[in-house]
Amino acid sequence: MASDLREAASPSSPLIAVEALTRHYRMGPQTVHALDDVTVTIRRGEFVAVMGPSGSGKSTFMNLLGCLDRPDAGHYRLDGQEVAGLTSDELAAVRNRAIGFVFQSFNLLPRQTALANVMLPMVYAGVGHAARAERALAALDSVGLRERAGHRPTQLSGGQQQRVAIARALVNAPLLLLADEPTGALDTATSREIMALFQRLNRRGITIVLVTHEPEVARFADRVLQFRDGRLIDDARQEPEVAA
Amino acid sequence: MTAWDAFRSALDSLRANPLRSALTMLGIVIGVAAVIAMVAVGAGARDQVLRQIASLGTNLIMVGQGSIARGGVKLGAGTASSLTEDDALAVLTDIPGVVVTAPSVRWGLQIVAGNQNWGTVLFGITPDYMDARDWSVAQGRGLSDEDVAQANKVVVLGQTVVRNLFGGGDPIGEPVRVFSTPLTVIGVLGEKGQNTQGQDQDDVIFVPLSTAKRNIPGMAKSNPRFIHTMVVKMRDGADMAEAQAEIRDLLRQRHRLIPGQDDDFWMRDLTEVSATRDASSRALSFLLAAVAAVSLLVGGIGIMNIMLVSVTERTREIGLRLAIGARRRDILVQFLIESTTLSLIGAAVGVAVGIGTAMVVAALAGWPTLIRLDSVVLAVVVSGLVGVFFGLYPARRAARLNPIEALRHE
Ligand SMILES: Nc1ncnc2c1ncn2[C@@H]1O[C@H](COP(=O)(O)OP(=O)(O)OP(=O)(O)O)[C@@H](O)[C@H]1O
Ligand SMILES: [Mg+2]
Repeated sequence: MASDLREAASPSSPLIAVEALTRHYRMGPQTVHALDDVTVTIRRGEFVAVMGPSGSGKSTFMNLLGCLDRPDAGHYRLDGQEVAGLTSDELAAVRNRAIGFVFQSFNLLPRQTALANVMLPMVYAGVGHAARAERALAALDSVGLRERAGHRPTQLSGGQQQRVAIARALVNAPLLLLADEPTGALDTATSREIMALFQRLNRRGITIVLVTHEPEVARFADRVLQFRDGRLIDDARQEPEVAA
Repeated sequence: MTAWDAFRSALDSLRANPLRSALTMLGIVIGVAAVIAMVAVGAGARDQVLRQIASLGTNLIMVGQGSIARGGVKLGAGTASSLTEDDALAVLTDIPGVVVTAPSVRWGLQIVAGNQNWGTVLFGITPDYMDARDWSVAQGRGLSDEDVAQANKVVVLGQTVVRNLFGGGDPIGEPVRVFSTPLTVIGVLGEKGQNTQGQDQDDVIFVPLSTAKRNIPGMAKSNPRFIHTMVVKMRDGADMAEAQAEIRDLLRQRHRLIPGQDDDFWMRDLTEVSATRDASSRALSFLLAAVAAVSLLVGGIGIMNIMLVSVTERTREIGLRLAIGARRRDILVQFLIESTTLSLIGAAVGVAVGIGTAMVVAALAGWPTLIRLDSVVLAVVVSGLVGVFFGLYPARRAARLNPIEALRHE
């Protein structure tokens, strides 16, 4: 499944191919068009910012890309494979191996060390106990937190916690990093550090899709998608500012 | 996710709230401890009773003179000298399956040795009686056929009597007196301890049947052949109920009782005693099962309650685990292992507390206790099942959470 996804990839094929993607919520007599007929293609190695006012469907879009939700209509091909037909266990495997999630509120397990938090995705990937610590340390190293491996989340700053969460997202070597307002809980300077980290990871080849409503954050991406009322209203490439 | 990962995570989350986990286990701890301790006490008591029953001898039917009480009124007990040595002979020759019949008379009296005297019960017996009741001789010799035939003035003493008359001394060959008759001690009986009614079985003396009848004033009365009781020993595997019916018919016929007339003798099967004991221990077992069921039910509901709280508290964690690739089955198994770990730790503590309680009971109350391994295994297995059963609903709730909503949960 996930490994098939990776092997099937040819460098030129789009990583994400979304066609007429639609998600409705029925609230009594009303229908909320959370996502309405969105078509977009994202290639490997792109760094995409998703922007738009509150309620415009950004999170809905991300949840569909992340295989946490299923569309009501339309198609979503991830690395050439149609996701709609997968069973719930297959979707779990795709999330585990092909996708890394970063959240606004970090979502670290509070009683576990940074190392244990980063090891968590490997628990579900069937990685042997021996290999876990080594790979988790390498992931912590790539976010510059190797020395904090034994710390608990409460002993880390917000920026450090988010970097642990990014290490956790990277540990299974995913194709795609999805981040829904990853800097929403951080101050400007820390946000800039996190964006610099994303840019570094992107230069190493990982595809990133990131939601933000701050233009200062979106500047670091090389493409910006604008949503309004569930529709994609603008898709613009730009020369990214270098964060660090 | 391996079972080991799930177990580690279960221990972590139980450690996160040690007091809460301990209180949740309390129901299981008390239930298991109660079962282990009560089974230990029950099994100890039962074991003691079985040993006492064995001490009476096996395959025995006791027949005594006089009719047994009907509606609380004793009819003509001891009035007629209804039972005789000839009845005993007839039972031995006419009833199939009878190994031995042992006629006896009994008399409460004082026995005197030197300046000591002691109130005890005298049995006038034949050697068969010793066989039938499985009496052994600890010292000296038992009564012989010759003693009976010649009405020798000899006596065999029970341990209690020896202790009270001779202290630590050797009684063999010593003279004793009952009424005005001098007797010579020829033997001491082996120890039997208490019977099922708590009476001291060693507080007896045995003399030849003929000696008793000849020397105890008023004993022979009108009929020199009379006896108080006879013990009938059946061969192994004999149908005791059928044997009793046959003995009854034979004795009624010999005593010329017309139909409708009450028996002028009573009869008791010693296996009946064990049957009533069995019934009462079954009732005890039932009570134990009820106590165990109720406390494990309460413990299980406690576990379910705390697991539901835990699922709610950890909604975001569940959402995160689903997002990073946990299958629903992984979440289900994780919470099931957590609830089962909770109940099994409770069971382990309960076993320790139960064994401790049984030992304290044994030491303080002096009751015999017997820790039954099967009760320990059963308690642990049932506790494990309780953990799985009552953890299932919370675990399914956790596994069915929508990851998007779970991640948004405050
Ligand atoms: N589970 C749901 N049930 C009903 N309506 C929903 C649900 N989830 C989202 N919506 C609606 O769908 C629309 C899009 O929501 P979404 O969360 O995607 O917005 P957003 O762009 O992420 O907003 P924000 O910037 O505030 O996070 C909103 O109108 C929201 O109310
Ligand atoms: Mg949102």
